[in-house]
Amino acid sequence: MWEATEDVLESIAIGAGILGTGGGGNPYIGQLRAKQAIRQWGPVNVLSPDELPEDARVVCVGGIGAPTVGIEKVRDLQSYHALRAIEDFTGEQATALISNEIGGSNSVEPLIPAAMTGLPVVDADGMGRAFPEFQMKTFFVYGVPCCPMAIADEKGNSVVIKETIDPRWAERLARSLTVQMGCVACYAVAPMSASQVRDTAVPHTLSLARDLGDAVKKAGSEGTDPLAAILDTCPGKVLFGGKVVDLERRTTAGFARGTLTIEGLESNAGETMVIEFQNENLIARRDGVIVCTVPDLICAVATDVGEPVTTEMMRYGLRVTILGFPAPRLWTTPEGLAVAGPEAFGYSTEYTPLAI
Amino acid sequence: MFVGVDVGGTNTDAVLMDGSELAGAVKVPTTADVTSGIIASLAELLTHLPTHGQVNAVMVGTTHFTNALLERRKLAPTAVMRLALPATQLLPPMIDWPEELRQAIGGEARMVRGGHEFDGREISSLDRKAIRDAVRDLRRQGIRALALSGVFSPVDGSHEQEAAAIVQEEAPEMRVCLSHENGRMGLLERENAAALNACLGEMAAQTLRSIEGALSSLGIVAPLYMSQNDGTLMDAEFAGKFPVLTISSGPTNSMRGAAWLSGVTDGIVVDVGGTSTDVGALVRGFPREAAVAVQLAGVRTNFRMPDMVSIPLGGGTVVIPESMRIGPESVGYRISEEALVFGGSSLTATDLAVADGRADVGDPRRVEGLDRRFVGEAMSEIQRRVEAAVDRVKLRHEEVPVVLVGGGSVLLENDLAGASRVLRPEHAGVANAIGAAIAQVGGQVERVYSLEQTAREQAIRDCSSAATARAVAAGADPSTIEIVEVDEVPLAYVPSSATLVRVKAVGNLAAGA
Repeated sequence: MWEATEDVLESIAIGAGILGTGGGGNPYIGQLRAKQAIRQWGPVNVLSPDELPEDARVVCVGGIGAPTVGIEKVRDLQSYHALRAIEDFTGEQATALISNEIGGSNSVEPLIPAAMTGLPVVDADGMGRAFPEFQMKTFFVYGVPCCPMAIADEKGNSVVIKETIDPRWAERLARSLTVQMGCVACYAVAPMSASQVRDTAVPHTLSLARDLGDAVKKAGSEGTDPLAAILDTCPGKVLFGGKVVDLERRTTAGFARGTLTIEGLESNAGETMVIEFQNENLIARRDGVIVCTVPDLICAVATDVGEPVTTEMMRYGLRVTILGFPAPRLWTTPEGLAVAGPEAFGYSTEYTPLAI
Repeated sequence: MFVGVDVGGTNTDAVLMDGSELAGAVKVPTTADVTSGIIASLAELLTHLPTHGQVNAVMVGTTHFTNALLERRKLAPTAVMRLALPATQLLPPMIDWPEELRQAIGGEARMVRGGHEFDGREISSLDRKAIRDAVRDLRRQGIRALALSGVFSPVDGSHEQEAAAIVQEEAPEMRVCLSHENGRMGLLERENAAALNACLGEMAAQTLRSIEGALSSLGIVAPLYMSQNDGTLMDAEFAGKFPVLTISSGPTNSMRGAAWLSGVTDGIVVDVGGTSTDVGALVRGFPREAAVAVQLAGVRTNFRMPDMVSIPLGGGTVVIPESMRIGPESVGYRISEEALVFGGSSLTATDLAVADGRADVGDPRRVEGLDRRFVGEAMSEIQRRVEAAVDRVKLRHEEVPVVLVGGGSVLLENDLAGASRVLRPEHAGVANAIGAAIAQVGGQVERVYSLEQTAREQAIRDCSSAATARAVAAGADPSTIEIVEVDEVPLAYVPSSATLVRVKAVGNLAAGA
């Protein structure tokens, strides 16, 4: 167990940014909200999954909406309201909270209702990275029901989706509710048991995000290599180093899709990497050959400082290094790949695990 | 004729522009009160005025207003009222400000019901009574300035306007800043900008009055304009309301002046000073704006700043031959005493340029002993660093014209990688003042449209006419207004084709203005 205080939030934001694989939304406001909640209500205990008592009831909370709207109608206590709504509906009290997604601003969402209620947060999440849609969680892949789930806005409206025929339907219904609610909502899923969390969550990811952020900050203050510091913290490899020479973006069906082209420098001089993204980075090709695909993590960091670079921040001339990290093993099974493999995103590529 | 003035940290420059001719230029030391330096420069400049010449407008570029923020002086007691409840409560106004600055302005934050959704619906109806009560209370506390910020006010500013009308009734003397009148999407940043403008308003208005007084004491009856960050002008009244918009007018004017002097409208400007080199991109004669939020005195804002890359390399940069180290240390303005060629003991980049035969300053004999090969290698390294900076500010992978200005530009060769041609215009020393004198006036508007309900062309037309109206209000001649930028950003995760449209219009200063 460790304590999430105001001081660790900056590190978590950096680490969650790296694990966000190019997506995950604006990390600044999430960090500021978590900081304010901890300042107002106190620090949050973070429990390892194996520290959960057997009778634990763990509620997954997360934000749903449009990041571009979230910078204007800044998210409030929606996740707390969603938590209360699902507790009311199921008649069960949560004993711990868990993040749905470690990548990006959703990583710290549970800290806000946790600070308010005094509940601990589990050091784990449902993705081990970032993904664009609600149904893309390891919990649901391995049999945890996605419903009932509650969705709440900041005005006092909350809706419980009692049952859907599959998790995709939950995403679809929640998404339309979110738009009506003004595009900045939060959801809470009916409680999981301790064993469900141990079997289906990606463990120790909040610590990982914190450690990655610490490593980047330490390298910055000591003037050492931030990339080496990142890879020492989380096993992976450098896929490519270079500068951004082209970014082609289009928004289709509500997703920011596009391709990023990087021209190699130093050890990659003369080579080109092309990355295809749909909010998150999905496929990386070096000189036309696939070197990494989803669900493995394709992460862009600024070469000089190691800070994450999201797709929104990409622009011509930026010096970036592309890091690859193997996906959590829960994603690399046939069931996992069916939800989050290359084919799930419309690519006819077979998944080949990243060798490190 | 137009007069351009640049109040820099060291010098106040003034130029007289007769149409497209530079009719006079002077340089005097900047004074602590700003105004006397301006008077001194203008008094001298007016001796260049032809007998029948007349000054039609005076344009001033200064960062004086924003310096007050850094020094936390002359700030009015200010409150911020957000129209948003029940939304956004967790992050009240000024939440991420440095504590000292928040205390310096009083730090009063209020939130009331109001504000809009992304699609224009109300979050709640405006709580007029709560606003009235709050204003009475703030007035009793001696608050003299108020920033009003409504959620999605760039989409619908009516709540901010209604609230302002209530303030006007309850406290007519209170200075009010509406966030939607100046600022983009991003509640916290836009609200911060409004708050900074509110707390600087009194001081700015006072300074502007004293500059206007100075002008009339010199017999100049022409209107006064101030340069703003995006290279356009604002009239004195507007500048008094939005003083923070002057914050980065210096680099902007320098780039605009360099564009005018060289005739380059699309390309890269490299300004090599004594300590650093600033590299920025010109797009249609204007500096390209940065995408990221800019901090001002520790406060996040969303001001329109030029997107520049600054590297620690200039004429005074210290070179250490043993380790082949170039910078980041610099002797700065002490170069005329400390560089080898000027009789000093520091080996600087300027000394290398003299040894290499590129520059002809000081005493070349004092650098004769330098190793030729080392000088060659170091000069190549300097060139390479600037080339890398030029490459970083480029948007596309193609060769573009590069304009070199600044005293340190002698360090560079004309054979610059990535440049289609290299220009070194004359009079580059007063580029900032020229940039002020040639500035146009502009207006920018940013709104969210649902393209299911509004046709795309209609949305752009609507936004364009709002931007044009804003430019005219700022003093532009309606017949010269041109839409220079149309930007559409589809909002991800919103299936209703909601799109953010941003339009910028600019025009020449109306002749009779």
